[in-house]
Amino acid sequence: MSAKQLDVRVRTSRAPHRGLDKTALIFAALGDETRLRLVARLSADGPMSIARLTKNASVTRQAVTKHLQVLAEVGLACSSRLGRESVWELEPKPLDAARQCLDGISAQWDAALGRLKKFVEH
Amino acid sequence: MSSDRIEKRILLRAPRARVWQALADVQAFGAWFGVKLNGSFAPGARLRGQITHKGYEQVSFGITTERMEPERLFSWRWHPHAIDPKTDYSAEPTTLVVFELEEVAEGTLLTVVESGFEGIPLARRLEAYRGNEQGWTAQMKAIEGYVGQAA
Repeated sequence: MSAKQLDVRVRTSRAPHRGLDKTALIFAALGDETRLRLVARLSADGPMSIARLTKNASVTRQAVTKHLQVLAEVGLACSSRLGRESVWELEPKPLDAARQCLDGISAQWDAALGRLKKFVEH
Repeated sequence: MSSDRIEKRILLRAPRARVWQALADVQAFGAWFGVKLNGSFAPGARLRGQITHKGYEQVSFGITTERMEPERLFSWRWHPHAIDPKTDYSAEPTTLVVFELEEVAEGTLLTVVESGFEGIPLARRLEAYRGNEQGWTAQMKAIEGYVGQAA
């Protein structure tokens, strides 16, 4: 079955303020517990329908759809039609970029703390 | 892994007073952190200075002290990875860095949490970082070697 990509409309009003680049928008999109949980779920279990995503969840179908759309706006997730259902999946690339930035800063902390260790232990 | 914070924990085989001095004394802090700061740390104090790492000497550096609880907690705000001398970072949000000290049998357990990365254009900083030939890569290798020996 061929999957048709859903047209994702970027709402410009969502952009927090000028000067924030794409990575910042990704971090902003991830700065919400429900959305982080959705990302974790899609990452662990792979593509799934809204129905499956909301099964046993405390949030409504509409709320989950909205959250998924926010993730789609920054390119973190995308959906395709499978019969009558929308199936959502993660777009791995933006996550990699965001992680890479943090990894760099994280490595610098490791280095700085290595120097601190040397400094206080000698 | 959270996208908004970095958390590190390290065991330092040194008394809490010594670790506190290394954090709270501007000279000592600068020695291991790789900066030359003017003034001294005090709650609310804004300090400015220069990065002393090779290849980054032209980069000015600013820290705003938040909380100081002797031998227990030290926190400050800054613009993370603000290493491009041509860029004005002042309008961007800051991250909060919190050091917490805990006395353990072997010495001092130090926890560092940097939080507030959401809203910060980190990719741009990554480019500046990669663009610098001297880079931190070589330096980090040297430190890795050192830490490896010490461990």
